[in-house]
Amino acid sequence: MTRTRSFNEVLLAVENISLSFGGVKALSDISFDIAKGEIRAIIGPNGAGKSSMLNCINGFYHPQQGAITYKGVRRSQMRPHQAAEQGIGRTFQNIALFRGMSTLDNIMTGRNLRMKTGLFWQALRIGPAAREEIEHRKVVEHIIDFLEIQHIRKVPVGQLPYGLQKRVELGRALAAQPELLLLDEPMAGMNIEEKQDMCRFVLDVNDEFGTTICLIEHDMGVVMDISDRVVVLDYGKKIGDGVPDEIKGNQAVIDAYLGVSH
Amino acid sequence: MFYREAGQYKASYQADQAIFPIAQDRIVVVALLAVAFLVVPFVVSEYTYRAVLIPVVILSLAAIGLNVLMGYCGQVSLGSGAFMAVGAYAAFNLSVRLPFLNPFVCILLGGFVAAGVGIAFGVPSLRIKGFYLACATLAAQFFADWAFLRIKWFTNYTPSGSVNAPPLQAFGYDLSSPTANYLVSLVFAVVLGLAAKNIVRGHVGRQWMAIRDMDIAAEIIGVRPMYAKLTAFAVSSFLIGVAGGLWAFVYLGSWEPAAFSIDRSFQLMFMVIIGGLGSILGSVLGAAFIVLLPIFLNQALPPLGALFGWKISTATVSHFESMIFGALIVFFLIVEPHGLARLWSVAKEKLRLWPFPH
Repeated sequence: MTRTRSFNEVLLAVENISLSFGGVKALSDISFDIAKGEIRAIIGPNGAGKSSMLNCINGFYHPQQGAITYKGVRRSQMRPHQAAEQGIGRTFQNIALFRGMSTLDNIMTGRNLRMKTGLFWQALRIGPAAREEIEHRKVVEHIIDFLEIQHIRKVPVGQLPYGLQKRVELGRALAAQPELLLLDEPMAGMNIEEKQDMCRFVLDVNDEFGTTICLIEHDMGVVMDISDRVVVLDYGKKIGDGVPDEIKGNQAVIDAYLGVSH
Repeated sequence: MFYREAGQYKASYQADQAIFPIAQDRIVVVALLAVAFLVVPFVVSEYTYRAVLIPVVILSLAAIGLNVLMGYCGQVSLGSGAFMAVGAYAAFNLSVRLPFLNPFVCILLGGFVAAGVGIAFGVPSLRIKGFYLACATLAAQFFADWAFLRIKWFTNYTPSGSVNAPPLQAFGYDLSSPTANYLVSLVFAVVLGLAAKNIVRGHVGRQWMAIRDMDIAAEIIGVRPMYAKLTAFAVSSFLIGVAGGLWAFVYLGSWEPAAFSIDRSFQLMFMVIIGGLGSILGSVLGAAFIVLLPIFLNQALPPLGALFGWKISTATVSHFESMIFGALIVFFLIVEPHGLARLWSVAKEKLRLWPFPH
């Protein structure tokens, strides 16, 4: 099933982004936009520059050329915590959880930007600090319910199986209540059931919270099913952009995936 | 068998977030505190105070301070002796130059001075990690050793370089007896230990642990590495500085810079590693272990030798002490790299399920 929805407002636009590491051109002259409320997929063969693209969007890499317009503000680069403050959340291709902390603490950390009490109140843990902790715990418990991970609330994440870790990482990103959620291969290495669960969560996040989602994924079935629009990268260049049905029929995309002699 | 949490329902997040969510733990802790405050002062000899209790209590506080930095924030530090020295000499100078201040107020203010120095020496941590940071903090140690030995102003131009603590008193009470020394140190350690525990289980503590576990991911979710690392250095140095002030004023009475040499830094690091990185309880266990083990060996070796008809001289005892001490540390690191605190939590987990294996 392909979902056909229409979106008007552009949340984020990247214009002519180029990024190179020494002589290696990771991205050259990429432009596309992400509309508010949509699920946007970035696909492409290995090494196409997909993760680099996400890293540019949330300020981890600084592109040499081009600009990123987010919520109407045009910037040539951003700092990571600035991106977080602006409402851009993300998960990582290789799980980047805080392994020594419990599920609950990991997700609570996702709310750190909204927790403001100073060290003094923290040390006493009375008044504002205690109230703040409870207030944010409520939000976090809502996310724990939503992701169905109540049973592992107090378990150190290092002990969890891979699929659950991915879910906790999604929870940590959601805890910040981002407007734009960047998911780097949320379903990599999962079995079919875990993938189905994760798809359900991604769709629910999009529907219930209205979060705009930009995801990188290699499972074409998943991509074509859940995304509204797809952008295709290959060797750092954009070779396709459109709704899933267009992409399926795009000769350049088919060539990139099947491989033709250049 | 009695360590069961069955039937203890938590109806609020507050109850769930308590430091000791299990009732039995709460009872044990309250009982321990009651014994420490109400029973110990009536039964303990002066030797036990000077050799065991006061060092354990004060060094526990210092170990908690180092654990905040190393265990919670993941920043290796070999400068804890220096921060103790800063706390001690700052308290001394305050008491000399502002004689109307109560000595314990001087100790607390000395902690703040140590926090400031800690922040200054923590700045390199923004760029360097691991062994390199250890070297940078080592600079703090050597700098403090040099400064307190050579800059005479710090020691108030005493010819010998050795300085004396002011007489300990508060509200007109003389607090120089061993019992009073012990109780004062205990109050400092308990109050500041609780404060440290509160910080590490709140959002600042979570930021520290996030930086420790994966600094890049922490930055992406909005943790500012500078704020997190420097607060860790500040809190850690404050606690270590107060412990330094207590060590100087309450335990030593008069001291030279050598009291806070690099040996002290290593001793604190052993405490934290053996006790358990990232655990407040572990800091206390580690401090107790490191202080008690030499005393225990000292007492146990001669009778043990006599058992085999072998007379052990004092010098031999101290050699054996070092060897056994070293061997035990290596043994611990191999068998339980997460320290005594982990051993304790494993024991609790087993106890909860006993007599069933799962």
